Amino acid sequence: MSLFSDVPQAPPVAVFKLTADFREDSHPQKVNLGVGAYRTDDCQPWVLPVVKKVERLLVEDDSLNHEYLPILGLPEFRSAGSKVALGEDNPAINENRVGGVQALGGTGALRIGADFLRRWYNGVNNTATPVYVSAPTWENHNGVFTDAGFKDIRPYHYWDAAKRGLDLTGLLDDLEKAPEHSIFILHACAHNPTGTDPTQEEWKTISEIMKRRKLFPFFDSAYQGFASGSLEKDAWAIRFFVSEGFELFVAQSFSKNFGLYNERVGNLTVVSKDTENLTRVLSQMEKIVRTTWSNPPSQGARIVSKTLNTPELFAEWKDNVKTMADRVLLMRDQLKNKLLALGTPGTWDHITQQIGMFSFTGLNPKQVEYLIKEKHVYLMASGRINMCGLTSKNIDYVSQSIHEAVTKVQ
Amino acid sequence: MSVFCEVPQGAPVAVFKLTQDFNNDQFTNKVNLGVGAYRTDEGKPWVLPVVKKVEKIIVHDDRLNHEYLPILGLPEFRSSSSKIVLGDDSPAIREDRVGGVQCLGGTGALRIGAEFLRRFYNGNNNTRTPVYVSAPTWENHNAVFSSAGFEDVRPYKYWDAEKRGLDLSGFLRDLESCPERSIFVLHACAHNPTGTDPTQEQWKQIAEVMMRRKLFVFFDSAYQGFASGNLEKDAWAVRYFVSKGIEMFCAQSFSKNFGLYNERVGNLTIVARDADNLKRVLSQMEKIVRTTWSNPPSQGARVVAVTLSSPELFSEWKDNVKTMADRVLLMRAQLKAKLQALGTPGTWEHITDQIGMFSFTGLNAKQVEYMVKEKHIYLMASGRINMCGLTSKNIDYVAESIHEAVTKVQ
Repeated sequence: MSLFSDVPQAPPVAVFKLTADFREDSHPQKVNLGVGAYRTDDCQPWVLPVVKKVERLLVEDDSLNHEYLPILGLPEFRSAGSKVALGEDNPAINENRVGGVQALGGTGALRIGADFLRRWYNGVNNTATPVYVSAPTWENHNGVFTDAGFKDIRPYHYWDAAKRGLDLTGLLDDLEKAPEHSIFILHACAHNPTGTDPTQEEWKTISEIMKRRKLFPFFDSAYQGFASGSLEKDAWAIRFFVSEGFELFVAQSFSKNFGLYNERVGNLTVVSKDTENLTRVLSQMEKIVRTTWSNPPSQGARIVSKTLNTPELFAEWKDNVKTMADRVLLMRDQLKNKLLALGTPGTWDHITQQIGMFSFTGLNPKQVEYLIKEKHVYLMASGRINMCGLTSKNIDYVSQSIHEAVTKVQ
Repeated sequence: MSVFCEVPQGAPVAVFKLTQDFNNDQFTNKVNLGVGAYRTDEGKPWVLPVVKKVEKIIVHDDRLNHEYLPILGLPEFRSSSSKIVLGDDSPAIREDRVGGVQCLGGTGALRIGAEFLRRFYNGNNNTRTPVYVSAPTWENHNAVFSSAGFEDVRPYKYWDAEKRGLDLSGFLRDLESCPERSIFVLHACAHNPTGTDPTQEQWKQIAEVMMRRKLFVFFDSAYQGFASGNLEKDAWAVRYFVSKGIEMFCAQSFSKNFGLYNERVGNLTIVARDADNLKRVLSQMEKIVRTTWSNPPSQGARVVAVTLSSPELFSEWKDNVKTMADRVLLMRAQLKAKLQALGTPGTWEHITDQIGMFSFTGLNAKQVEYMVKEKHIYLMASGRINMCGLTSKNIDYVAESIHEAVTKVQ
């Protein structure tokens, strides 16, 4: 008899199961439009040239060693990370009321932020503070906040399936009705999975209500630069909120925009009212980090820090990011055109209106099943596709397959 | 008014505060015997030559990319790590009932293991299962288990201050009287902070009681190879327990024995009754990891995996480890000899009886204060010193200072 005999089998994480199924599939024309990682037009992973360059510089630098980083992480990384999100010249930074916590990717930043809020926000250990996540949202948001101890995670209206766009009315209604001090997870840009972002005017309205109703903005920023190709553009919402005087968190991930997925490079940017409050917040962040991973991993943070802090490398990085963003935009354009050319029923404007890595195609579960089983085109049950999985070589096959799915399956 | 105005200032982690004070001290002959990291005889951090070599191999390997690792980590790392602690020829490994979870250092391994036990051990979400940690123990053990949700973290007798050795009868009494199914955190070797390990005979007694009383075995193994210079010797206790058929966890850290402190390389080795139980346990580990850091960082795990899987590199690594262990042994021998030569009151056998990085000197709080304030020798309030902080250049000064502290201060 095992101590573990009552431990149930947990279901696999859907997106990784999809990739596992894709790997086992031997169909010559199979396409993986599942997991969110960039692919080249040859459908290969891409190590950014600037990353390769910096890795070589680091390995030759004998002044570097492997001593523990501070608990909050590499100082140059933290400050450069926060600057990228808020803008170098952001008044909040100049006023010394912005701090970073180096974390394990976007997930780690969300988790540390969530752990902090559960302990110290809206009272002490108030596990009842509602946490709102968009409907739909990244599949892990709910789990992260739950495991941080929050008992009340709720959806806010976001995706309007009928019009294939933002349900602004529903969103604003939820903001008006949410209990004061509720926490809202906002996608800074390139909403995952819908690819649909509020316009600047819509963000202003959202901000007005959140300020009036004392709601806490927790931005999830996983695609800065990757969405539009412009760092500034992709950070507009965050910077607007900061300029409106909000105290807020931003969970930043450098997985996608640096292609450093497996080095787990993230930063939790904390914007506070003043230095004094920031100091106390960071001291409590240290305690949370200490019992989770003690201090963060160095490699990825060094790469990002060196790149962001060296003008030539920074310029090269922005180029690399634009390369990725542009390829995605090209695939969006081509996919829409091919569907239009095929006369596929429905409207397909959303494919080029949506932004970032993902597109919410609007395909229903049956149509998704058809694509996977009959056409060996792998996508999420929600109809989400990763544009990066499209290439000049497979885009015809994918468009034809979508056409078939839509015409044959209802 | 800040939403953070009620957040209290957290106290700094003692060992890091000590290093900070040391760094700020202008005294020429200052010595840092605080934080547990290896130092050369020049008092410098040491990047292991084999690590430097492997980092270069990795950076030049164009087949490698930065795609996400699996949630449980790099497969080659997980299996070679478990082999290192259990032995290549471990029957448990052959029987497919051993699994690893790549984690963020020893801290991360402890935390993931603790999270799992709180959810699934001794009932579902049984936060009341007592967790026993040695008195004294690494300062972070208590908080890791508390953060995982355990409400009852208790000390078990360990250090006998009078005789400056193991309080075996106290330890065994606690094992006999604790509630069945309590969790015990055992130090695999080189006990932190006392440097005092049970003998093989004593481990056998401990195992017997633990088996009879159904206590859960959770080893913390942060110094394998580093303690005696011999990997097998330092893993004897862990392997003995496995040979008795016990299901258990072992949190492994490669921070010290690979000198990879800041890359956060750890492994949670799980030994289960059989493959089926192991599989279910690992599936739940995935869920816990997913909401903490999603998937682990690659760099450090690659360095370790490449090293352990190449006979030449493995051999070179063992040499590097022996270099570190031998220098520590030399410092122990010299410190004791010098104290004896000085005629410092008390017995100093414990300095060479104890093993690993740390020595529990037996200095009391006042004597420690004297050392820090008057002699600029930084050590923990408990009297713990890091032997690695001693060098041929400072050992006389340290010995004389200890002599002064003991003779002048009571």
